[in-house]
Amino acid sequence: MKRFLLAALFFAVLLMIWEALFRAKIWSPVLLPSPRQVAVYLEGAAVDGTLVKATIVTMRRLLVGYIIGLLAGLPLGLLTARWKVWQDTIGTLALGLQTLPSVCWVPLALLWFGQTEAAMLFVVVMGTLWSVVIATETGVRNVPPIYRRAALTMGSKRLHIWFKVILPSALPFIVSGMKQGWAFAWRSLMAAEIFVTILTGFGLGQLLHYGRELSAMEQVIGIMIVIVVIGLLADKIFFSPIEKFLHRRWGTSQA
Amino acid sequence: MHIAHRQRSSAAEELELIAPSKLAIEDVSKSFKGASGAVLALDRVSLNVAEGEFVCLVGASGCGKTTLLNIIAGLEKPDSGTVCTDGKPVTGPGRERLVMFQEPALFPWLNVFGNVLFGLKLKPNLTNKDRHDVAKYYLELVGLSRFERANIHELSGGMKQRVSLARALAPNPRMLLMDEPFAALDALTREQLYGDLQRIWKARNKTIVFVTHNVREAACLGDRVIVFSPRPGRIREEFAVDLPRPRDINSVDLAVHATEITKALKSYSQLEVAIAE
Repeated sequence: MKRFLLAALFFAVLLMIWEALFRAKIWSPVLLPSPRQVAVYLEGAAVDGTLVKATIVTMRRLLVGYIIGLLAGLPLGLLTARWKVWQDTIGTLALGLQTLPSVCWVPLALLWFGQTEAAMLFVVVMGTLWSVVIATETGVRNVPPIYRRAALTMGSKRLHIWFKVILPSALPFIVSGMKQGWAFAWRSLMAAEIFVTILTGFGLGQLLHYGRELSAMEQVIGIMIVIVVIGLLADKIFFSPIEKFLHRRWGTSQA
Repeated sequence: MHIAHRQRSSAAEELELIAPSKLAIEDVSKSFKGASGAVLALDRVSLNVAEGEFVCLVGASGCGKTTLLNIIAGLEKPDSGTVCTDGKPVTGPGRERLVMFQEPALFPWLNVFGNVLFGLKLKPNLTNKDRHDVAKYYLELVGLSRFERANIHELSGGMKQRVSLARALAPNPRMLLMDEPFAALDALTREQLYGDLQRIWKARNKTIVFVTHNVREAACLGDRVIVFSPRPGRIREEFAVDLPRPRDINSVDLAVHATEITKALKSYSQLEVAIAE
């Protein structure tokens, strides 16, 4: 409770500073709207449904791409950890492409797929995939060999060892890879949505883009807040509980 | 009605005492490629272990005793020679010969109960209820019933090795292979575990091959103590320890045996030094 109050106080102070800056009229109100104006925009957009629709469009793109990236990345990571040939080929490729900021996929996706959902999907998959591949590979490589030996003596065989020993043992690495993949996918999708205007769906990034076009700063800031909140929620609802479980089980400390 | 009866008896069947293994090792050699050429870890080692016998292998580090244990376990293959349990050659690891390692190889993603259950889940002819009952029985046997829901990192070193012991016992192997399982523990915990291991060995009637570099430990636990010398790894001598059980590691009679074995060990390591010079 005390922690919650402290956090609430912090954000209240932040809002007050913002309001004070607005009232000081250092910048034109076009560039710096008041918190109230932003709230009014958000309320309006929420009531007329644009915000909900845009959020759904964006989240659908993100989730579909993310899940494809995960489903492809996990087995690829296992293969690169298991066989040298895969490590030297796909592993090296993954390592290289992971250093490429995922935004850099946007121009290529645009030329290949045009202004389509496929372009969006491609960018999100590329954002997710390589992080997951590398994290899975690292996780598997860090499994202490003694776990495998112990499992072998208890009668565990190939597939059983992979699913019941190696994967669970690599889980902390895989989860952090999933988290990184999520972050990359989210960033690249926003970039793609800002660049790519397509008619099949109007996402949060596109709202942001049109906010700029119309010089509607309250919309720009409002959407930015929505994006931040979605990021926070994904962390708190999805990743935090998993990480808490891992910390508790493995005994790695977390305050 | 009939099915229900069979399910009930199955956990009991699983806990029934089975005949312990007989082990025959003949002319086993094994070498490793090291930085300075091939190292002969085992040189034509032969050893017989009777059913239900407790045999300790002692020797300086690098004498090949752990390699021999791994070969018995089926985790490594000998270059030549044969290992047979109950007349059948060992071709790979199997749950009739379970290993307890020096470092606790417990799985951190499972709790204590899950770890003990791991090997049982690989036995096909049991119901989940049976597996549950069997796991509970062994946790009780090692005195850790209260900790079945604990996470592995919450346990002390001694408790971890108790869980390892329960996990190794749970699938009811005919033979236990122990690789310096108590080496990393403090003296007090070790003494306690010597008592427990002797009691459990009698209660569950297993053949045990126990590797250690601690002569006193070997004399305390073993029916026989086999002395190894390193480079190349060979069996040099063996000592029968015929003291009544349960044995106390601090007893004077035991010290007499330990002194004798230590003397032999030292003479072989001096021999080695002399050869080297």
